[in-house]
Amino acid sequence: MKRFMKLQNLAIIVFTISFGLAVPASAQLVVRGETVYTMAGPPISNGIVVIQDGKISAVGPATEIDLPPDLRIVEAKVVTPGLVDAHSTVGLTGLLNQREDQDQIEHSAPIQPDLRAIDAFNIKDPLIAWIRGFGVTTIHTGHAPGELISGQTMIIKTYGNTVDEAVMVPTAAVAATLAESARKGGDKSPGTRAKMMEMLRQAFYAARAYAHKRDADDPEKTPDRDLAKDVLVRVLDREIPMLITAERAQDIANALRLTKEFNIRIILDGAAESYLLTDEIKAAGVPVIVHPLMARAFGEMKNASFETPARLHDAGIPFAFQSGFEGYVPKTRVLLFEAAIAAANGLTFEQALAAATIDAARLLGVDDRVGSLAVGKDGDLALYDGDPFEYTTHCTGVIIEGRQVSDEPH
Amino acid sequence: MKRGLALLGIVLGMTGGAFAQGPRAFVGARVIPIEGPEIADGVLLIDGDRIVALGPRESTPLPAGAEQIDVSGKTIMPGLVDTHNHIGGIGGGDGSSPLQPGVRVYESLNVHDAGFRRAVAGGLTTLNIMPGSGHLSSGQTIYVKLRPARTIEDLAYRNADGSIAGGLKMANGTNSMRDAPFPGTRGKSAALVREEFIKAQEYVEKVKRAGDDPEKLPARDLDMECLAQVLSGDRIVHYHTHRHDDIMTILRLKEEFGFRVVLHHVSEGWRVADEIAASGTPCSVILVDSPGGKIEAEHLIMKTAAVLDKAGVLVAFHTDDWISDSRLFLRMAALGVRAGLPRDKALAALTLSGAKMLDLDNRVGSLKAGKDADFIVLSGDPFSVYTKVEQTWVEGNKVFDRTNPDDRLHAAGGYGAGDEMEPYLCCQEDAEAHQ
Repeated sequence: MKRFMKLQNLAIIVFTISFGLAVPASAQLVVRGETVYTMAGPPISNGIVVIQDGKISAVGPATEIDLPPDLRIVEAKVVTPGLVDAHSTVGLTGLLNQREDQDQIEHSAPIQPDLRAIDAFNIKDPLIAWIRGFGVTTIHTGHAPGELISGQTMIIKTYGNTVDEAVMVPTAAVAATLAESARKGGDKSPGTRAKMMEMLRQAFYAARAYAHKRDADDPEKTPDRDLAKDVLVRVLDREIPMLITAERAQDIANALRLTKEFNIRIILDGAAESYLLTDEIKAAGVPVIVHPLMARAFGEMKNASFETPARLHDAGIPFAFQSGFEGYVPKTRVLLFEAAIAAANGLTFEQALAAATIDAARLLGVDDRVGSLAVGKDGDLALYDGDPFEYTTHCTGVIIEGRQVSDEPH
Repeated sequence: MKRGLALLGIVLGMTGGAFAQGPRAFVGARVIPIEGPEIADGVLLIDGDRIVALGPRESTPLPAGAEQIDVSGKTIMPGLVDTHNHIGGIGGGDGSSPLQPGVRVYESLNVHDAGFRRAVAGGLTTLNIMPGSGHLSSGQTIYVKLRPARTIEDLAYRNADGSIAGGLKMANGTNSMRDAPFPGTRGKSAALVREEFIKAQEYVEKVKRAGDDPEKLPARDLDMECLAQVLSGDRIVHYHTHRHDDIMTILRLKEEFGFRVVLHHVSEGWRVADEIAASGTPCSVILVDSPGGKIEAEHLIMKTAAVLDKAGVLVAFHTDDWISDSRLFLRMAALGVRAGLPRDKALAALTLSGAKMLDLDNRVGSLKAGKDADFIVLSGDPFSVYTKVEQTWVEGNKVFDRTNPDDRLHAAGGYGAGDEMEPYLCCQEDAEAHQ
């Protein structure tokens, strides 16, 4: 189905560009950009994107698309796909940082994969509007690092009235932490790296045994439903990946070993020292959601580098950017700003833009809907008055599924 | 050899002259002097640790024997002045009481902290290193120059009497409201501060009345001695404040006790910009990437600096490192421009305006004959994300050079960048070359 869709889209694009397809009068919004970075081909000078019923119905050079009169046209110097933040905790980590608006971590037990992000997300939190103003239209958000398995993540648009309306993927990954923040003191577990690994392995073996019993034909032997194990079984079945936060090389190596033992899909999160293990990460076929480039370089992140994205790119490892989790000030980072630092430290402009759009969408498995401007995809766009990564450029408009959700310069 | 160099560092560092040498001309850069118009194709002439002259290339004569350094295509501006920084692994007052003005932050500072390497990588040359905001007053701050150093004394700016220069850190709002003996409310916070300053006024009066009679002198009190310097205007108060009502409380205290004060952070300054302007109080602003993270930063906005400037307030920026990264200080002013601050004001907010807030504008903050030879060489426009700080010079010594692999490690990050290191290895190598 997915492949069919893509072929169909391709056909429409070719037709649009080659024959100057007349856009039907029901189109809801037209965006014209001096430069349009579609991320599905080379940038288009004086490009047009037509959005109809929330989806992109045409994209190409203005000279090749005939627009009927009376359409609302939004203009910008630069147009990109709406940005895709590959890992955030926004919506769970509220603006005020008070107990009652911090739902990103539950400390009652170290392993709670059954905690759903959709049950914790506050779509009205002001930080969602804040990041949206800077072009972010899709976020992968959910339970934060801080427990061995802290809960689920989800993929959601940054606009909507309810979580159910805006959500794209209710369970995107299971968040795990192989880092200092998930180790405990005193007589509480896990207290060491080795104990963390032992507990994770034990949990997966227990889930495997549970699945075996659950799937047996004998109803007498069917175990009681266990929400946590249900989710781990989905990980073992490679249906959903595990998002493993690990910064130091030794913790990254532990994550890779876990992947091998259980043949699970993982995404490395943070990965400050990933540049020391590029061969191993590449061989394991593991993508990386690299820590916010401006994350504070101390503790386990003391060896963080602005150039890690460039190193991952050179090694051929799929990667994307994130705003990450912040416990204090600023309460969230902004994907556009983090990508800019990478663009200035070894990546080319388009490589950095890709890691903030189409590469992030691919890594998260939502590239059939977002991440590039192509016919059939969601009408999610970000507009700018210059190079999007320049500090002094403004994000002048944001469009989500054809609705202009921001029109003030940010 | 290493040991020999280390000893040299001690001797030269203490003299303050370090490794500076004869006349050197930096030729061909776009020069941004801060005071006066930009020079498109300029010359910056330094001699030893001072700036001697600057001007357009064609009209600025070079003295015979001046070493010429080609910086064509680069941009030169003054070394950056950070009015509020926490590097050096510092700590001020402890948990015993909310007001500890007698505590000196420099007695906690580790000059080997990697933060100093990051600071020069960001183009910072003058810092106000402060204790934290968890007290009504957590102690005295220190003004430092990032010259080659082995001890804190090497880094310190000095007052006319030779004492170590600095201000006093104070804070109001939520950070300093804690369990007893700390205040629990804003009203109590202000009352405790007023009591302390009234006590200090009485102390000053007692000292004055004692005249030359040692019998009548009150017992030495380190807290009171510090506050006496504040009351006399010799020590500036650097006041952490966010909310508009907390800002107004400080303006009220300033009025009552007549001290000199710089407002720091000022997240809701945009709500009381006219009041701040009318009081003649300068503001050191921080721009962070989002509001929140604590209640008093709920209404932080990007355009605070622009609004304050428009109202007529003197505005500087600060890193508050670790809150923001010293390597990215230029970025903060660029974000200020993004939010409407004029470019020239944004450049001054990184340099001269901050120097004024530390009483150091006679020495640093602009490129001007007679001022300290503190400047940075940039690869391009100061406000472009793609621009790199290529060199940082302090008092005629190159303290950061991006072509040096070790300096580059601290600029870009990477394995070993966070470890404690001997500071300013590049300069020791310079010294070796000059032997």
